[in-house]
Amino acid sequence: MSSSSPATVVPHDGTDAEARPLAVAEPSFLGLPVSFWPRILAPIAVGILVLGLWEFAVRWNEVPSYVLPGPLLVGQTLIADWGTLSTSLWVTLRITFMALAAAVIVGVTLAVLFTQSKWLEMALLPYAVILQVTPIVAIAPLIIIWAGDINLSLLICAWIVAFFPILSNTILGLNSADHNLINFFQLHGATRWQTLRYLKLPAALPYFLAGLKISGGLALIGAVVAEFVAGTGGSESGLAYRILEAGYQLKIPRVFAALLMISLSGIAIFLATSLISHLLLRRWHESALKREN
Amino acid sequence: MSTSPAADNRSGTPLVSIRRVSKQFANGTIAVRDVDLDLGAGEFVSLLGPSGCGKSTLLRMIAGLGSPSTGTIDWPGSGQEGQGKAERDLGFVFQDPTLMPWANALSNVMLPLVLKHVPRREAEGRAAEMLALVGLKGFETSYPRELSGGMKMRVSIARALVMRPKILLMDEPFAALDEITRHRLNDDLLNLWWRERFTAVFVTHSVFESVYLSQRIVVMAARPGRVMADLDVSAPYPRDELFRTSPEYAHLCRLASGKLKEAIGA
Repeated sequence: MSSSSPATVVPHDGTDAEARPLAVAEPSFLGLPVSFWPRILAPIAVGILVLGLWEFAVRWNEVPSYVLPGPLLVGQTLIADWGTLSTSLWVTLRITFMALAAAVIVGVTLAVLFTQSKWLEMALLPYAVILQVTPIVAIAPLIIIWAGDINLSLLICAWIVAFFPILSNTILGLNSADHNLINFFQLHGATRWQTLRYLKLPAALPYFLAGLKISGGLALIGAVVAEFVAGTGGSESGLAYRILEAGYQLKIPRVFAALLMISLSGIAIFLATSLISHLLLRRWHESALKREN
Repeated sequence: MSTSPAADNRSGTPLVSIRRVSKQFANGTIAVRDVDLDLGAGEFVSLLGPSGCGKSTLLRMIAGLGSPSTGTIDWPGSGQEGQGKAERDLGFVFQDPTLMPWANALSNVMLPLVLKHVPRREAEGRAAEMLALVGLKGFETSYPRELSGGMKMRVSIARALVMRPKILLMDEPFAALDEITRHRLNDDLLNLWWRERFTAVFVTHSVFESVYLSQRIVVMAARPGRVMADLDVSAPYPRDELFRTSPEYAHLCRLASGKLKEAIGA
């Protein structure tokens, strides 16, 4: 809400401008509101504590590094092997983002088509559900055989895992447009396309974004799981293969380093999709508005 | 003794002519039965009745949202002959403001113009003018979430009037507002009606509101919904606080209240 009140005097109607909630300015530290800092500091403190205990336990009990490496060793390995690991990370992320993009395009397109034609929805939705409930690990070998190209198979696997939340959320969103608003569009002779563009798509946006948040993480999981099944070698291999490889060679610190990279990527994807969601909804949607109570 | 702009329109060609209209829903409920009603051009008519008397259903049928099971709704006075779902020159205000939460006040008011492919700049100009007319100058870029209940309803009225329709249909628009806000909006609505000369059809269950606003009150009864009485409110405009506290107002309210009681008892 803009804090400056308009220059024109607006007639009282009992609940007018003066009655609107006041935006109370909160003191801030380093650009973030003071009340926000515990949210950052508390998890960091817990993290440092747990890592410290872990390091201490490993050293105290003299656990060999091929069983459980301490966090310091994992960090050292991450730096030492950065060359190989970062190449593999890039391979995995490329698959993840391509799968996510495909999931968005196919999911939203299908959702729009389904809401335009009940027949299409009735005919195709069950198959989308079947794709969703079939464990990806079980069908990945088949996809690898059918698709031929390994990168394409990985992409298909990651896409299958990622696309359903976008599809089902967007369908829900498109159907959730206010009924009276639909009537209003009807009254003004809106075409199907106009109703879709000005009413249904904006109404579906919060739902789509909720789906995107879930699918971002799932695309990464799908890419990693498919890589595990495919087990490709060579320079073009992703992080999952690095984990398998290092496991065979008992380079456990490297396994942990690769795992750490996957986790951090997942967190980054979640933060990025949350930020996109916040930026798009902050002006109008309940979920993005701050409330005093 | 009425000094309304539509004083002699009742005898001329009505804007809307409703003949023996009945509406039965799929579940068998008869929402409206055998309604005959003429709406004169420029009139301010209230449809008054208890809930379930079909007043909203009737209003929606006039708007073309759902057609009558039997009977006809014609528009002899609109220059648009024939009946059906063809868009009418009308504005509709729902019980809730029904605004698009993702669009600011100006964009919400612009909607009917955008749907008719009015050029953007012209649409913005007309919408801004309409917002000013309902007392919301300066709130063009506010989002519905940032406006009070009364202000949202003003935006909704501006949106309904931005095409300068011949008829404004309102479905209990102020029912959810507090009394102070409601009185304020009643006055502003009357001023708008006085200036813009549209036909107003106002659905309400409040005797006081219908007497204060209208030239004519159509009292309806429930189960099945039907017209029980057609009252003239022969008090002059402009009406204000003075009218609200006058013996004449009290008398008219007693009269309308009696008719409503008869309708409920019937």
